[in-house]
Amino acid sequence: MIGQAPERLDPMVPRPHRIHDVRQETSDTFTLELKSLDADVAHDSFAPGQFNMLYAFGVGEAAISIAGDPGRRGVFVHTIRAVGAVTRALARMEGGETVGVRGPFGRGWPVDEAAGRDVVLVAGGIGIAPLRSLVYGLLAHRERYGRISIAYGARTPGDVLFATELDEWRNRGGIEVAVSVDRATESWHGHVGVVTTLLRRFSFDPPETIAMICGPEIMTRYVAGELIARDVVPGAIHVALERNMKCGVGLCGHCQLGPAFVCREGPVFPFDSVERWLGIEEL
Amino acid sequence: MQLSALVEEGPAAFVVQREALAALPAVLRARGYLVVGPVVREGAVVLEELRSLEDLPRGWADDQAPGAYRLRRREDGALFGFAVGPQSPKCWFHPADALVFRARRSRAGTEIAPNVEAPPKLALFGARACDLAAIAVQDRVLREGPAVDSIYDSRRRDCFVVAVNCTEPARTCFCVSTGTGPCATAGFDLALTELIDEVGHRFIVTVGSPAGRRILAELHARPAGTSDVESAHAAHARAASEMKRAIDPVEARGLLARNAESPVWEEIADRCLACGNCTMVCPTCFCTTVDDVADLTGDHAERWRRWDSCFTFQFSHLNSGVVRAGTSAQYRHWLTHKLSGWNEQFGQSGCVGCGRCITWCPVGIDLTEELVRIREREDRPARPEIHA
Repeated sequence: MIGQAPERLDPMVPRPHRIHDVRQETSDTFTLELKSLDADVAHDSFAPGQFNMLYAFGVGEAAISIAGDPGRRGVFVHTIRAVGAVTRALARMEGGETVGVRGPFGRGWPVDEAAGRDVVLVAGGIGIAPLRSLVYGLLAHRERYGRISIAYGARTPGDVLFATELDEWRNRGGIEVAVSVDRATESWHGHVGVVTTLLRRFSFDPPETIAMICGPEIMTRYVAGELIARDVVPGAIHVALERNMKCGVGLCGHCQLGPAFVCREGPVFPFDSVERWLGIEEL
Repeated sequence: MQLSALVEEGPAAFVVQREALAALPAVLRARGYLVVGPVVREGAVVLEELRSLEDLPRGWADDQAPGAYRLRRREDGALFGFAVGPQSPKCWFHPADALVFRARRSRAGTEIAPNVEAPPKLALFGARACDLAAIAVQDRVLREGPAVDSIYDSRRRDCFVVAVNCTEPARTCFCVSTGTGPCATAGFDLALTELIDEVGHRFIVTVGSPAGRRILAELHARPAGTSDVESAHAAHARAASEMKRAIDPVEARGLLARNAESPVWEEIADRCLACGNCTMVCPTCFCTTVDDVADLTGDHAERWRRWDSCFTFQFSHLNSGVVRAGTSAQYRHWLTHKLSGWNEQFGQSGCVGCGRCITWCPVGIDLTEELVRIREREDRPARPEIHA
């Protein structure tokens, strides 16, 4: 690599990573495992909920949350839906090819605050990806937490991600897992409907519960509303927000929500700190 | 520092005759500076390399109003007889286009090399008080953490500033109300006040730094007398009193935080073209995007960072849609960020009262008037219409 340290630490310059593994998850979603080409892999640790900027050579960059096990040092796992120019370019890549990585950036899930409490996780669509790294973080010390529940909503049964892991978490992780789809197929015997309805199945002690939500913003607001109606403390509800991120460090101005830079102060926020802004259209 | 304070401390105010000032650009160039100052180009005063004092807009004045900018001749041969033009020092410190890195792909792997080209050592010649305030604002955003913009930092480092105190503000100026002018109080090495009267054409010079003192020593300067200093003071006071526009930055902060749903935003959107001119000419607007480009072989790529504007769809684009698609939301974001959210983010307002956004708005939207409108509508909310 040209430009060894200290330039290497410039947060604006991607560091080359090799694609170690590619896994097609669903028709439009895939997982990349990236390993640093740099001998010094000390950078490659992260907190669940953080994101990287992934660079497809000559095409551009996209902010992608980290979906891997935080206990696995030196590897970034990203589960990506191919929807834009950059993610489509990443989807065409194969094992052994190189991806540029800047990050990890942002403030992740409040894992420490969850100790000793019931934990409710709610995901919509690709929002399950940043919660996957959180689940690995929780399972590493399962005894520290009370009841853990996951509600996950996908569009169709074919869009359900991490099905094997969901079973594992349910069967061996001591986690209550409920999955719902918007549109069922004949072979689907599970729940159909919006993810908020799954919350009614879970037993948790609302005042002692911490909740973490990642999905479309409208889902996030409804789920938070439902949890508050069940007496979960608004400040104990944490939501991951999506805004256009270009730099990842609060310098480019794109990701502002009210006075917050989502890339830096988020992407995870206590719901009560952003509720007002989320309620204003086009803020 | 006020002129009077410097005078009290000792010989901190000097007089340099118009003819003697001619040596200054050469003195700065001899010390390795690229001297940048105001020149007339295509009917406007812009900031370009200054080879000599002859390049300055000598004998030019400007008429500015909402949506209007015209140069006109003046008879007194003043070197700085105009107010700020469309460009500000950000054009030099935070360039509109900057190479971030070059990347190369080969069998051996992918190499990504940051652009480490050394930028020129800049001397700003003729920067106004509002521009110095704007530099301080951008310093806070881009230099003082938590993250540091290395492109900005490398250009800001070691720069030299010759400020010019405004004696003839434009009609769109309101720096007195923002506490940022018309007289430079910080952020300069030398500050000039241009005087043309029966005594002659001369500059009252104050020193803002040891570097400024060293440069001044190379000019033909004499300690200023009381009458010189009083004349400079009078010129500053006249400039301040001529400024008719104003905002209240403290009030604006709370006002805009409370009024995200004011009907005034839609009324502004009826006029606003969402052209983004205000963000381009604003000396503190710092938003950027990146363009990733590759050559035809696909093996050589570059990333260019470019100014961006919150008045575009791309600015807030997500795959699920555009966050701020409406012009009212875009204008609300721009003004609320500038005058309100900026305080939360950086502990100061983002507005320095230069008035560029008023002058260069093609439809003449004037933020000082819009703030009044928002306040009036807050005080007297529109009554619901009663239908018989």
